[in-house]
Amino acid sequence: MRSIRAAAVGAVTMSLALAATACGGGSAAGGGSNDSPKTLTYWASNQGASIEIDKKVLQPELDKFEKQTGVKVKLEVVPWSDLLNRILTATTSGQGPDVLNIGNTWSASLQATGALLPWDAKQFDAIGGKDRFVASALGSTGAEGKDPAAVPLYSMAYALYYNKKMFADAGIANPPATWAELIADGKKLSKGGKWGLGAEGSNPSENIHHVFVFAKQHGADFFTADGKPDFTNDGVVSAVQQYVGLMASDKIIAPGNAEYAQNQSVSDFAKGKNAMLLWQSASANLKSQGMSEADYGIAPVPVQSGTPGTGANVNSMVAGINMAVFKNTHNLDGATEFVKFMTSDAEQKILNTAYSSIPPVAAAQADAAFNTPANAVLKDTLAKSAAALPQVADESQFETAVGTAVKELFADAAAGRAVTAESVKAKLEKAQQQMPTK
Amino acid sequence: MTTTVSTEAGGRTVRKDAPGAARGSRRRTGRLRRAGLPYFLLLPALILELLVHLVPMVIGIVMSFKELTQFFIRDWSTAPWSGLDNYTVSVDFDAPVGEALLHSFLVTVAFTLLSVGLCWLIGTAAAICMQDTFRGRGLLRALFLVPYALPVYAAVITWVFMFQHDNGLVNHVLHDQLHLTDKPSFWLIGDNSFYALLTVSVWKGWPFAFLIVMAGLQNIPRELYEAAALDGAGVWKQIRHITLPSLSAVNQVLVLVLFLWTFNDFNTPYVLFGRTAPEAADLISVHIYQASFVTWNFGTGSAMSVLLLLFLLLVTGVYLAVTSRGRRTSRV
Repeated sequence: MRSIRAAAVGAVTMSLALAATACGGGSAAGGGSNDSPKTLTYWASNQGASIEIDKKVLQPELDKFEKQTGVKVKLEVVPWSDLLNRILTATTSGQGPDVLNIGNTWSASLQATGALLPWDAKQFDAIGGKDRFVASALGSTGAEGKDPAAVPLYSMAYALYYNKKMFADAGIANPPATWAELIADGKKLSKGGKWGLGAEGSNPSENIHHVFVFAKQHGADFFTADGKPDFTNDGVVSAVQQYVGLMASDKIIAPGNAEYAQNQSVSDFAKGKNAMLLWQSASANLKSQGMSEADYGIAPVPVQSGTPGTGANVNSMVAGINMAVFKNTHNLDGATEFVKFMTSDAEQKILNTAYSSIPPVAAAQADAAFNTPANAVLKDTLAKSAAALPQVADESQFETAVGTAVKELFADAAAGRAVTAESVKAKLEKAQQQMPTK
Repeated sequence: MTTTVSTEAGGRTVRKDAPGAARGSRRRTGRLRRAGLPYFLLLPALILELLVHLVPMVIGIVMSFKELTQFFIRDWSTAPWSGLDNYTVSVDFDAPVGEALLHSFLVTVAFTLLSVGLCWLIGTAAAICMQDTFRGRGLLRALFLVPYALPVYAAVITWVFMFQHDNGLVNHVLHDQLHLTDKPSFWLIGDNSFYALLTVSVWKGWPFAFLIVMAGLQNIPRELYEAAALDGAGVWKQIRHITLPSLSAVNQVLVLVLFLWTFNDFNTPYVLFGRTAPEAADLISVHIYQASFVTWNFGTGSAMSVLLLLFLLLVTGVYLAVTSRGRRTSRV
């Protein structure tokens, strides 16, 4: 009897032990091959308003590619919430797609894992040469001094989207060019259940994009020149405080935005709940939400003073999507061919028009389709006043740590707590301590 | 087990040295075969068990001694051994990583105690109320089990919508209709997130307690209640002196299972808050997930998992030892 009970205790304890630690996988080294030359798997990022829309945009192009080369491309559109995890899992197991889209800010982090095929001169020659691409887009493809981990596919920049009717109703003639003007306008617009500006307070990536630009405008960087985290310097602290302050002290962002993480601020803007929105290439998204292009205007993101430019007048990150080849691919030639196809002038025009982004390929960018007023603002920003996020191996951790710190500060602001230099510094200090030490 | 092995070895020696003794050896192999058959039949299950459970666990433990960061995940074998570094980092409660882990651990303990307690209380109360037959009992029982039967994701995402600040049902009822709060509260960020998490967890968990206790109640003889009623015991006395003692064996397992499920629950906080939970509701499962996947440091994540495992082993062992002894003495 005693032994049975002991066995039962043992069995329960063991099964618990087994349940608690379950994490594993295999490892696989080695490079690409050409074992299956007739098929490719492609993980596309979610660029349109929905995954279905992406499939509709991409499938005809993939069919075209199959007709030209005989290679069948199996498409999977991966939502943003899953993409990085899926790539990490693929890296760990060695089982992944042949070709994939990555957020361009992840380039250096993913480059460090060694999972992506480096684009050396030979590889670039196979797709028509490195100089086909715009310099600013190439600046966000991996750490400096290393062969790029990916090739630019779509370029985007932040712009200020404003509701023309709400501006007219409030008697505002022109979109704001400086933050002081934006706050003044925002205060006029924030009344009767409507608000001046929208934000995605619970989305760490959005937060990072904005505080990065604010930091630039305060002449500060999140990393030292030799790549060490430096989140608590005065410039960064005032930058973060200024951004969160739009809700905390200026009160032109609705407190409810602190919990937004599913692009609700875009819907709010489309519905006329917010008069302004800082977003990257929002046109296609707004159209799918039923907002006509005539109803909103597009202006450069404000600066502290003067006009957008370099240095402290940077007003956007270099946003965009890169295309990478997985090192373990079983169809290296086909994958290279596919990247060549997707970055060809003709495809670049079709795809970037569909996604209201800007082609990173110089020849395609010159096309008349990208000279509309909306695209002109984005193109101008990319060419003159956009800066690439730090191309360091820890970039992805930085996005999470600091992005979460800003999310917590937004939560404070929403709850009515003051956001002071001290509270900002404390959160950033904590974020910095979470960064890898080695 | 050892005897089987020695018989086998013996059999072999016999066969080699003395071919004349073949008959005796055959009988012995026959016996060996019969004795070995159950083990042989168990073998597939054992191999699968090892493959599915033990191997990943061992790999997890091995990982915890490695410096498995983004630079090495492509080929684990190249990751340098880090000795106990991952563990010292995790339990150094003065440094930020350890401090955060301790905070998350304490939040989880408080959350688990409250959630298990409420699940058990509501489940038991409901089961006792449903004990007597009345019209619509079957319908109510089925209704009570709905939260348990719903897919976790669908159920929790519905709660996310209800907890939203601007358009959520919870704020609509509490603020707009009942005027209990001065202004709409945030449930998914900030300090209230703990109560939001607790609500969903209890909502999801109590039907299981209800189900198990209801099954346990069927085994209590009606005569006991009748005898007690004749002796003049009221409802409360009956519950205290008949129902609860008769349920103790069921409760022992129920509380343990609820505790383990709640403590390890990942789905609820992850669907509710996404990959970065608010501090007030930073459960240890999500915390470990974040420590490994979001910061790409799988070594530290594994070390934290192993620590969690050790803690749960300890709690379970002590719990089973104490409750078993308690029951044995009470029976004597």
